[in-house]
Amino acid sequence: MSDTIVSLPDQSTARIPKDNFFTRENGLLSWLLTGDHKRIAILYLISITFFFFIGGALAGLIRLELLTPQTDLMATDTYNKVFTMHGVIMVFFFLVPSVPATLGNFFIPMMIGAKDLALPKINLLSWYLYMAGGLLALYTMATGGVDTGWTFTTPLSTHYVNTNVLTTGLAVFVAGFSSIFTGLNFIVTIHKMRAPGMTWFRLPLFVWAHYAASILMVLGTPVLAIAIVLVALERTIGIGVFDPTKGGDPLLFQHLFWFYSHPAVYIMILPGMGVISEVISTFSRKRVFGYTAVAFSSVAIAVFGFFVWAHHMFIMGISNYAVLVFSLLTMLVAVPSAIKIFNWTFTLYKGSITFETPMLYAFGFMGLFTIGGMTGVFLGTSGTDIHLTETYFIVAHFHFVMVGGMLMAFLSGIHFWWPKMTGRMYPEKISQLAAVVTFIGFNFTFFPQFILGTLGMPRRYASYPPEFQILNVFSTAGSTILGVGYLLPVLYLVWSLKYGQIAGDNPWQATGLEWQTQSPPLTENFVKMPIMDHEAYDYEWLENQNRERQKEIEVASAG
Amino acid sequence: MAVDDGHQEHPPYLRHHFESVEQQADTTNFAMWLFLLTEVMFFGGLFTAYLIYRNWYYPAFVAGSHQLNVIWGTLNTVVLILSSFTMAMGVWCAETRRRKGLVLSLSLTFVLGLMFLGIKTIEYREKIERHHVPGAHYSLQSFIDPASDKEIYSEYHDKPLALDMARHTEVYFSLYFAMTGMHALHMIIGIGILGFMIYRARAGAYTSGHVTFVENFGLYWHFVDIVWIYLFALLYLISRHQ
Repeated sequence: MSDTIVSLPDQSTARIPKDNFFTRENGLLSWLLTGDHKRIAILYLISITFFFFIGGALAGLIRLELLTPQTDLMATDTYNKVFTMHGVIMVFFFLVPSVPATLGNFFIPMMIGAKDLALPKINLLSWYLYMAGGLLALYTMATGGVDTGWTFTTPLSTHYVNTNVLTTGLAVFVAGFSSIFTGLNFIVTIHKMRAPGMTWFRLPLFVWAHYAASILMVLGTPVLAIAIVLVALERTIGIGVFDPTKGGDPLLFQHLFWFYSHPAVYIMILPGMGVISEVISTFSRKRVFGYTAVAFSSVAIAVFGFFVWAHHMFIMGISNYAVLVFSLLTMLVAVPSAIKIFNWTFTLYKGSITFETPMLYAFGFMGLFTIGGMTGVFLGTSGTDIHLTETYFIVAHFHFVMVGGMLMAFLSGIHFWWPKMTGRMYPEKISQLAAVVTFIGFNFTFFPQFILGTLGMPRRYASYPPEFQILNVFSTAGSTILGVGYLLPVLYLVWSLKYGQIAGDNPWQATGLEWQTQSPPLTENFVKMPIMDHEAYDYEWLENQNRERQKEIEVASAG
Repeated sequence: MAVDDGHQEHPPYLRHHFESVEQQADTTNFAMWLFLLTEVMFFGGLFTAYLIYRNWYYPAFVAGSHQLNVIWGTLNTVVLILSSFTMAMGVWCAETRRRKGLVLSLSLTFVLGLMFLGIKTIEYREKIERHHVPGAHYSLQSFIDPASDKEIYSEYHDKPLALDMARHTEVYFSLYFAMTGMHALHMIIGIGILGFMIYRARAGAYTSGHVTFVENFGLYWHFVDIVWIYLFALLYLISRHQ
C-alpha cells in the first residue's frame, strides 16, 4: 500500500538516536518530578489507559447484565453503581483528558516550535491532581460506590442516597482543577511561545482545536466546581440552595451542572477533531481544504457550545420559550460541525489517499461522528426529544459521538504519532485489523440501541421487557468484539516498543514541525529554534526540503 | 529552517524554555490573569444563584441582611482595602529592590488578612448563637416575630414575614455562608502563600530583579479583595434605609 506515498524515506538505515527524552535521565524520580511535557504526556497516557480499561470493564458488566431481561447478574442497586462509575470514570478520567493531556501535551509545544509548555510545573501538578482525583474515585468505588448517575442530580444526590456522593464529588472537583490547569497552560503557550514566523494562521489545525477546547476548560470547569461545592455543603451542613423545601430550586443545579457539562462534550470532541485534520491531510497529501474555515469552526463550536446547555433540560420544566431558544441555538452548533466534515471530505477529493491505520480510524470517525451528530438533531428538536430523551436513543447518540467519534480519533492520533513518540513503528497489518474490528464491534454494540430507544426502552434500568432481548443480545455480542478491538492495540503497541521497526524522523512525510526533528525527540525538542517560513500543510515545501537534503548528501558523498 | 540562538549570559531565574526574561514575565502574568478569569467563573456561579433568589425572595433577603452586623462588615472592608494597599506597597518594594520594605509590607498584609478572618469568625459565631446557620438548627424566630429581637427591631422596625417567606431566609443565609465561606477559603490560601513569601523575602528572593511571583500574588490578593467588596454590598447593604 505504501507505494502510493510520494518518496517514503528509507527506514532500513534509520537508527534510534542515543540522546532523546527517554534516555536523558533515568530512574523513577526523574519521571515523577519531571517538567518535560513529553514525559508528562507519557505519564498521562499510561494512567489514562488504566482508567479507560476500568471504565471499559464496568461497561462490560453493564452489557452482561443486559443480556437477559431479568436482573440476574447483579442487584439493581449494584447496577446503578456500576453505570454511575462507568460514567464518572469515562467522562472525567478518560474522555476529558484523553487527547489534550496526552497528544496535546506532547505535540502542542513541538508543533509551535517551543521547548516546552509555558508552565512545566503546573503541567506536572495537573497530572498529580488527575491521579489524586482518579485514585479517590477508585477508593470510592472500592468502599461502596455511588449511584446518582454521573450527573449528581439533586435532590437525589443531596437528600436521598446514602452512598459516597461526597468523595466522588471531591474526586471530580480535583480532576476538574487538573483540567483547568491543562487548558490554561495550552492557552498561554499558544499565545506566548510560538516560534518566529509561526503566525496564528500557520498553526496546525490540531493546535486551533486545542485552543478552542482550552477556552471551554478554563471557562466551564470552575462552574462545575462551584456546583459540586454547593452539593457538598447541602449534604453536610444542609444549606438550601437546591432544596425545594427551603425555597431553593433543583433546576438551578441543572443549569450550573450543564453549563459545564454541555461544553464538556466539546472539550472531549474538539481535540479529536484536531487529530482528524492532521491525519486526513497527511494521508491524502493535501493541504486541509478551507484551512481558515476549519480553524474558525473550532472557535465557533466553543462559543456556541456555551449557549446550548438547556437542551439537556427540555423535560425538566423550563419555560416553553427557553426550550424554543435553546433548541434553535442547538441547531446552530450543527453548522460548524458540518463545516468540518465537509472540509475534510473536500480534502480527500483528488488527494493521493493511502489507508494506513490512522486513516482507517479517521474514516471511522467521520462516518460515526456524522451519525452521532445527525441523531443529535433529533434530540435538539424539542418535539422528538420528549419522546426520545431518557431512552437508549440518547445512550446510542452520545456513544456514537464519544466512542465512535472521540475514541476513534484518540486511537487514530496514538497510531499516527506513535513513531514520533517512541521512535518505532506499530505493526501495520494487525493494527489495520484492529481498526476494522473496532469499527464492526462498535456498530454492533450501539446501532441496535438506536432502535431500542425509538421502541421506548428506558436507560438506566437493569431489567427490560422480554421483547427487547434480541436487540440487547446483539449489543452485548458487539461489545465483546469491541473489547477485542481495544485490547489489540495495547498488546501490539507494547510489543512494538521493543520489536517495532525503527521509524526515522518523518515516516509519514507529514509537514508539521514535530516531524522535522528526531524521533523520539530531544528533551529540548529541537537542536536549534525552528523558523516557520511556510504555510501549514505545505507539501511542496516538504518536497523541496527533501530534494535539497538529497543534494547535500550527494555532494557530501561525491566530495 | 533553523537559526542560531547564541547562548548568552542570562540570569539564574530565567527558566530554560523561555527565550528572554521579558517573555517569561509576560507569560506568567498572562497565566495569572487567565487563572483569575477561572475564579470569576467560580464565583460567577454563586452570584448567579444570588441574583435569582434575591429577585424571587426579596423580603426574605432584606430581613436576612438586617441580621448582619454592618459595623463589623464595614470594618472588614476597611481592613481588606488597607491590606490591598500594603500588598501594592510590597510589589513596589520588590520592584525597587527594597528587601526590608518588602518584608514589612508582606507582614502587614499577613496581619491584616488574619484580622479579617478574626472579625469574620466573630460574625460567624454570632450567627451560630442566633441559630441562623442553615440546617437542622435553623430558627425562624427573628423573622416571624421581629420584635423578639430587640436590638435589630429598634433599628429597622421590620414587619413580621409570612411563614412561607420567612422560610426563604434560609436560602439567604445559605448563600451568605457559601459566598463568604468560599471567600474566606481564598483568604486562608492567600495567607498561607503570604507566610511562604515572607520567609523567602527575608532571604532576598524577590528583591534581586525577579518579581513576577510577588506581582502575580498581588493580582490574586486584589482579586480576593474585590470579591469581598461585591459581597459586602450585596449581602450587608440590602435596603438599609427604608
